[in-house]
Amino acid sequence: MHGRVKVKSTAQQEEEKKKEREKKLKIYVAARDACFSKRKEGIFDDEALQISQQLLSSNPDFATLWNYRREILMHLETVKDEDELQKIYVAELSFLESCLKVNPKSYGSWHQRLWVSTRLPKPDWARELNLCDRCLSLDDRNFHCWDYRRMVVKMSSVPVDQELAFTDRLIGSNFSNYSSWHYRSTLLPLLHPESPEPPSPCRKPPQSSPPPSPQTLSHRVCEEQLLKEYELVQNAFFTDPNDQSAWFYYRWLLGRAEREEMISCVYVSRDEERVAVAFSRPVNAEASGLLLVLDGQPQRVEWRSVHPRFKHSPVWICDLPPGTISDIPYEHNLTVHWTEKPTHRDCALYTGRSESWCRDSATDQELFRSELSVEKTSVLQSELQSCNQLQELEPLNKWCLLTIILLMRALDPLGYEKETLAHFQTLKEVDSMRSAYYSDLCSKFMIENTILKMEYAEVRVFSISDKNLTTLCHLDQLLLVTHINLSSNQLQRLPPQFAMLQCLEVLEADNNSIENLEGVYHLPKLEEVLLKNNKISSLSDLQPLASCPMLKRLDLRGNPVTQTPDIESKLAELLPSVTNLLL
Amino acid sequence: MAAEDLPSEFDVVILGTGLAESVAAAAFSRVGQRVLHLDRRSYYAANWASFTFNALLTWIQQHQEEPQPEEVQDWSSLLEEGEELIYLSQSDSASIRNVQVFCYTSEEDEEEEEALNTTEEEPKPDSADPQAQTEPGPEEASHTEGDEPESLQLVPPAAQNQSEPSKKKISYAHLVREGRRFNIDLVSKLMYSRGSLVDLLIKSNVSRYAEFKNVTRILTFRNGRVEQVPCSRSDVFASRQLSVVEKRKLMRFLTSCAEETEEQRAYNGRPYMEFLSDQKLGDNLQHFLLHSIAMVTEATPTEEGLAATRHFLRCLGRYGNTPFLFPVYGLGEIPQCFCRMCAVFGGIYCLRHSVSCLLLDTHSNRCKAVIDSRGQRISCSHVVLEEGFVGADRKRTNTPPRFLSRAVLITDRSILPTDSEQQVSMVTVPPAAAGGPAVKMVELSPSTMTCSPGTYLVHLTCPSIGPAHQDLSPLVTSMFRTPESPDHEGPSVLWSLFFNMADGSGLEAEGHDLPENVYLSSGPDAELGHDHAIRQAESIFQKVLPEEEFCPPAPNPEDILYDGDTLGDTADGETGDTIGDITDKPPPPERRDGQNLKSE
Repeated sequence: MHGRVKVKSTAQQEEEKKKEREKKLKIYVAARDACFSKRKEGIFDDEALQISQQLLSSNPDFATLWNYRREILMHLETVKDEDELQKIYVAELSFLESCLKVNPKSYGSWHQRLWVSTRLPKPDWARELNLCDRCLSLDDRNFHCWDYRRMVVKMSSVPVDQELAFTDRLIGSNFSNYSSWHYRSTLLPLLHPESPEPPSPCRKPPQSSPPPSPQTLSHRVCEEQLLKEYELVQNAFFTDPNDQSAWFYYRWLLGRAEREEMISCVYVSRDEERVAVAFSRPVNAEASGLLLVLDGQPQRVEWRSVHPRFKHSPVWICDLPPGTISDIPYEHNLTVHWTEKPTHRDCALYTGRSESWCRDSATDQELFRSELSVEKTSVLQSELQSCNQLQELEPLNKWCLLTIILLMRALDPLGYEKETLAHFQTLKEVDSMRSAYYSDLCSKFMIENTILKMEYAEVRVFSISDKNLTTLCHLDQLLLVTHINLSSNQLQRLPPQFAMLQCLEVLEADNNSIENLEGVYHLPKLEEVLLKNNKISSLSDLQPLASCPMLKRLDLRGNPVTQTPDIESKLAELLPSVTNLLL
Repeated sequence: MAAEDLPSEFDVVILGTGLAESVAAAAFSRVGQRVLHLDRRSYYAANWASFTFNALLTWIQQHQEEPQPEEVQDWSSLLEEGEELIYLSQSDSASIRNVQVFCYTSEEDEEEEEALNTTEEEPKPDSADPQAQTEPGPEEASHTEGDEPESLQLVPPAAQNQSEPSKKKISYAHLVREGRRFNIDLVSKLMYSRGSLVDLLIKSNVSRYAEFKNVTRILTFRNGRVEQVPCSRSDVFASRQLSVVEKRKLMRFLTSCAEETEEQRAYNGRPYMEFLSDQKLGDNLQHFLLHSIAMVTEATPTEEGLAATRHFLRCLGRYGNTPFLFPVYGLGEIPQCFCRMCAVFGGIYCLRHSVSCLLLDTHSNRCKAVIDSRGQRISCSHVVLEEGFVGADRKRTNTPPRFLSRAVLITDRSILPTDSEQQVSMVTVPPAAAGGPAVKMVELSPSTMTCSPGTYLVHLTCPSIGPAHQDLSPLVTSMFRTPESPDHEGPSVLWSLFFNMADGSGLEAEGHDLPENVYLSSGPDAELGHDHAIRQAESIFQKVLPEEEFCPPAPNPEDILYDGDTLGDTADGETGDTIGDITDKPPPPERRDGQNLKSE
């Protein structure tokens, strides 16, 4: 049509671009080769600096060239005076800025910048902070920049309150950026440390424990500030309850309790002449200086974990030299020292008794509230109210449900058991991708509750049948249990940790899906194992039972293994002590 | 240009340089049509224009004068066999009425202020010789100032210290002296970030001719107080006036709006207000959603309210925390950008030049040529006319025209001051009484280059009930300090202008007795966005050229082939010195303080 503007065709444009690219590639390759050969010859001159600059400004991720540049700059440090060096380094910084424009997430450029900044004779930290702020305003999740910024803040000692205001700003513009929340969590304890008086009566430390270390204190924040933080974070999760950043920060605010490191239980058995020690966390007894003193005499004993799989374990066992405590009429006093901490626990084995122990019960320790135990009950109660309010508006929000469960557990695990189970049911439905996670978590809470009930009843029977358990945990708390009933759950295995049940005599685990008995290992008192209707399929799966010397009764009805030819004779060979076998 | 005649043949002749005509001109020119684009006014953009303060005073004076009786020249001598004349209206006065100006500040600077001032800059007098015919090209700045007649206000050559806006009351003399810093729009609109105008600017590459600022906040006037409306996610998070439960309800409502649900469909035909109140959102949120986000009335049907809400939400976050953009230097820039695009592709421009009559071929009932105001006969295939050119005798129906009420205020501070003085605010004011018009208010800060430092420019718009002053002055006195409201704690009004403008949304394309190849376009409508004008331009374009694409992307200047330009000799621009510049960046924009539009 008349007057129409003529435009180059796509093919023509492509052709031009192709030529252009070829030309650039030629220049690039030539420059690269020149650079490499200079480096080989050990030439550190301005020309090399220039060529590498040209190459890097088009490809800032060329690590070898950055290395070469550093070599050149280090060489220049030896021949130039300070003013000249300052100029060279300032030029390098502005060059780096242009590289960051090409690729704001270039490892090489940020690393070089860090390197230059720390070598600059007269650093301008304000400028660096400014650069970081600009970068973060373009992409507030640029972790390279976050890293670099942390270094700049450290080097230039920016006041903490200024940094907190910085996080205010970032969170204000985008509260879904977990980097800002996380940074906040590192600043708050510095700016608003918890007042030094003991926090809450429930955490009264046992007399033997050392005062809290400065490290544990430094994670805490004073209550006044905490209340402000709750408000801030609630604004975030009410605005967008599906954003996980705020919820994670909230969890951090609610619970940062650290378990006391201590010996939680010492058990001694006269028959086996054996001592078992439980710790509040998994330890390596060989490395942590465990010392056993019997009637005032340090004993040379060999500590072993309950299962060879564990280098670290909360329960350790040792055999006393034969004959040391086997005579019934004598009384013995034991002390286990944990020299590394240092802490210790005494245990007396009285006349006529075949076993003895000394421990804090789970109820005394408020053990299972530890995750959120920092706060006063009243604070937790009001937080639970806010979350319930949100849950009314968003009945299917998983973060809210999960937080409610945690708050309920911190407040009254047994009282809220029914609600907790109902919420777990909802969680599994709304977040089916993680239903196994919720099942495991629910199992954990059910076990905790059962332990608490057992403690209140002061018995050594642990019964948790028909509770949809998918996993076992807290087995170190069951060191003294003689009778365990796990029937009618969904367990698939008795894990190595199961070997911590050192006093176990009867194991009931009918109607599960157990295939693996790894944890039924060296249980010295175990007499009965009931495994009706499980999934044990081969003789080798039963191998661990052979390590239990007292095993007399074994029920394997309803397991595939019973279909093995000659099963009876093979079992008699494997488990000679069993006298009552049900197949 | 006076001596020179125009070419005597064009494909399309367009009268009026308002938004719809300018977009149509660009679209025609872009696909190779020969376009003649005329405006009888001395400035671009018709009723969409932006004026400096002094030029606005001229415009006011023109519209306060009694309209001159039209001299009708007789061009029948130019007629040939089988032709007929259709005379066009030459008066511009019908679309603007009831112009009233109030100055509430002292005429002259106070004495002591004068003493402090130092001479830094002398304002240049406005060009006394407006270009009668211009062809705006990329190299030519398209400010309106150059095209304005000499201001009737004599500019005193007094000096002013520009860097320190005085805390003292700004005088009228100061406003006149600083007049060139103002770009006062006749219409008050905003650009929806995903509205048809922004899409068109991006698609056609016309956006390269202008820069834009985000509207930074949405405000509402409620119970006598100005409040910020939380509309984006971060606004809601930061809001101090909403409880956490309200935050949740608001966010949930906004999220649920995104898609149409059965529940929403059940309310079709029933008022949006009813739908909102059934959502149990509470008064606060209901007010925000109805008046500030959907910007509809209580009687608007639910489906329309939801559509408006969705549009608002879709626009949110594309360029900033509000759904709106505003062009730096004012809305008058937009039609000029399209004119520039038209000129780049060969369109010819004449201001102060018009068409006196259309030449009708009685046989085919088509317009075959026009006769311009100088009596030149110019043949053409199609004519686009601004509605105002058509005389009343050509209207088939006789519905009374609708009007908008407009007010322009120059104030001394923001209605909701914050730390930042760069705020650009959209303010929604719900009807004072049920059934009354809602007022849309836009407050511009000097960062938009539409007012001088230390002042704010406030635009108010509503559908007319009576004269603009009657419609809008009660609101002005309830929000600002004026002589009628001397004790008000709000910003002081320094100067104000009220006028009524014809509402362009009433145009009935079929309601005129015109040849089939003559198309009508209308002036600005009452809506906040620009959809009406863009739609109009596109529909005219498609009637003329149904096969052609409407405003396809303009090619990069380097890809355009000029006569004699062959592929081999493009190597001249080579630099070859660095290997760094792999991307060829366009030269930096002339004005660096705004934002360029980019498509995603």
